[in-house]
Amino acid sequence: MNNLIEVTELSKTFTLHQQHGIVLKVLRNLSFSVEAGECLVLMGNSGAGKSTLLRTLYGNYLAAGGSIRVRHQQQWVELVGGAPLQVLDVRRQTLGYVSQFLRVIPRVATLDVVMEPALARGWGKEAAKARASELLTRLNIPQTLWQLAPGTFSGGEQQRVNIARGFMVDWPVMLLDEPTASLDERNQRVVLELINEAKAAGSALIAIFHDRHAREAVADRYLDMQAPCTADQEFVYAG
Amino acid sequence: MTSLHNAQQQADSGYNFAYLDEQSKRMIRRGLLKAVAIPGYQVPFAGREMPLPYGWGTGGMQLTAAILGRDDVLKVIDQGADDTTNAVSIRRFFGRTAGVATTLRTPEATVIQTRHRIPETPLSADQIMVYQVPIPEPLRFIEPSESETRTMHALGDYGVMHVKLYEDIATFGHIATSYAYPVTVDDNYVMDPSPIPKFDNPKLHMSPALMLFGAGREKRLYAVPPYTRVESLDFEDHPFEVQSWEHNCAICGSADSYLDELIVDDAGSKQFVCSDTDYCLQRRDQQLSGEGAQ
Amino acid sequence: MTAAVRVNRELAALEPLFSVNNVSKLYGPDKGCQQVSFDLYPGEVLGIVGESGSGKSTLLSLLAGRCLPDEGQISYLREDGQLLDLYASSEAQRRTLLRTEWGFVEQNPRDGLRMGVSAGANIGERLMAQGVRNYGELRGAGISWLKQVEIDPQRIDDLPRTFSGGMQQRLQIARNLVSSPRLIFMDEPTGGLDVSVQARLLDLLRGLVRELGLAVVIVTHDLAVARLLADRLLVMRNSRVVESGLTDQILDDPQHPYTQLLVSSVLQP
Repeated sequence: MNNLIEVTELSKTFTLHQQHGIVLKVLRNLSFSVEAGECLVLMGNSGAGKSTLLRTLYGNYLAAGGSIRVRHQQQWVELVGGAPLQVLDVRRQTLGYVSQFLRVIPRVATLDVVMEPALARGWGKEAAKARASELLTRLNIPQTLWQLAPGTFSGGEQQRVNIARGFMVDWPVMLLDEPTASLDERNQRVVLELINEAKAAGSALIAIFHDRHAREAVADRYLDMQAPCTADQEFVYAG
Repeated sequence: MTSLHNAQQQADSGYNFAYLDEQSKRMIRRGLLKAVAIPGYQVPFAGREMPLPYGWGTGGMQLTAAILGRDDVLKVIDQGADDTTNAVSIRRFFGRTAGVATTLRTPEATVIQTRHRIPETPLSADQIMVYQVPIPEPLRFIEPSESETRTMHALGDYGVMHVKLYEDIATFGHIATSYAYPVTVDDNYVMDPSPIPKFDNPKLHMSPALMLFGAGREKRLYAVPPYTRVESLDFEDHPFEVQSWEHNCAICGSADSYLDELIVDDAGSKQFVCSDTDYCLQRRDQQLSGEGAQ
Repeated sequence: MTAAVRVNRELAALEPLFSVNNVSKLYGPDKGCQQVSFDLYPGEVLGIVGESGSGKSTLLSLLAGRCLPDEGQISYLREDGQLLDLYASSEAQRRTLLRTEWGFVEQNPRDGLRMGVSAGANIGERLMAQGVRNYGELRGAGISWLKQVEIDPQRIDDLPRTFSGGMQQRLQIARNLVSSPRLIFMDEPTGGLDVSVQARLLDLLRGLVRELGLAVVIVTHDLAVARLLADRLLVMRNSRVVESGLTDQILDDPQHPYTQLLVSSVLQP
């Protein structure tokens, strides 16, 4: 076994204090692990909690219980209840997250947006620039746009900038939330190539794909989130 | 001339010696002792009303009143001159209220009250200088709060002093502050030397005479004891420099004294003469007697 | 769960730069701040958010040692490796710290700048206070820092009052950073600025924080600013910290009822 991430009995609830304290139990006792070079694809209808799972794994959502362990620089690190500083370090070095939405930082040029994860790891500016240029070229972002802030770009362009940013550095564990959604065929192919390159380089991937063709191109295993979650999704009034 | 100086005047019996009552003088002397013990430190004192307005030397006069003895010989100068209104009236004041001898000659004086100058004639160990000070706080230009400036002094937080000098160089290319040029006393407190020209600053350094400073409106006094290090603030690459003139004094020919510029006619012709009238006169007298001897 | 104990070796060796333990100062019942504790590590940006009157600014003053608490301790790891007990140290030590290893960026640049002296003198003041007595060196630092905060170096001799609000704020930042501080306190640094100017300032701050490895405590009521700058957030309400954690987790999955209200109340443009 060469697991890079191990999840045991993970659960996630939302307590909506503004709505009479409704408690939504979205994830219940999920357990799985992903090996190096493997891609686990999450299956389930909209609302099954696929995105919630990815966000919980990333620490963006606070887990209600269970364990998320990540192989971080030759050591296992527990992310549930982990110190913020530790989680941030894992995010900087080990755990990557690519969604279809770019969170636009005002005024920052596209090239700089893409370079940032590398600079955060202490890369030199030139090396980062070279890598960013290569990715933007592959993802068919015209060079004339590189010095512009992506805020005004089309949805598809923003998505590709975000993907370039996501693949800027190598992530031992990568979380992909519909990276190919709404991309044209040519760009979809590039993204799938990037994903397969990451797999070949030994990353463990956990992904959500809407598109069946994309899913089949990269998936090694599936996690069915339909049954346990939506079947007995329940609403509890905590108040 | 003789009627003005070296005249032991009759004291007016209606006043206590030197105008101030003995309690007030003792209070000021206590303040002065503290000031001498902590060179450059501004000591608050209960300033008294003097029979002339603030800004005319009330601070200096209270100090003079507190230290004057019957045997003292008093000299008063204003901008270097003994014969200007301020100097004449203060000299007469002490002549009348204390009956002390007054003089125009620097070497003869034991107490010299001054506004804006230090005499050119070197001072000696048995002399006391009393300075009239308008604004005793050198940090005031940048910090309006008194409690804050006192804290800054206490903590030696003097970065802002160089800010002003920096501004001078940035604006004029050199340190343009030419009077009330701030000094560090005894490597500790930063002090305003009163509005003397910076030309006089070096005379404060290691002077054998005791220097006392009094600010009447602000009710502060401070001191530089004899033989104390007094250094003018500066930058390594813009060191402290005193004024110099291309001219010599038009009267006595002095090349090393502080000169006043005079416009002498309607055409705007200029003359430069010594600001220290006594120094100029003594040199002139010497030259004349030298000529006479020949 | 044993793995949780085994934190990364490098991080375990890292000591907190600034350690706050149970600090309280109350002006009245629940007015001020109470029982605040946190550790700040080198290079970390901590945001303090909450509505007006929640105690953010009181807390910031306490943290910077500008006022003393009713109770609590703060220890600061100095550059020379010595641990300093902030409230037990003298005012002279605290002031020295605030003009050397620390910086404080005020919401209103008028409070943080000397408006009557030139931009260059504003930048040079800390260096002069530290004993730099070389005009050329001060001049060089002024020019270099104006460039770094994107102000035309030609304006080195201009008074700050001739600068726009955004430029004044950038000048204030330069004035603080010139002494290579390790910890900066910021009180609503983008407060009175236009949105476009705000964005530029935020971008500048992000760059400086990363390049210089600054630790920052930033007080803001603007959650968007907090998201862009802060690694971690403290949410304050009625003098207490009601929630703390990773910035994106607090903003995307707030746990406390008040934080949920705060986050859901933000207008989305």
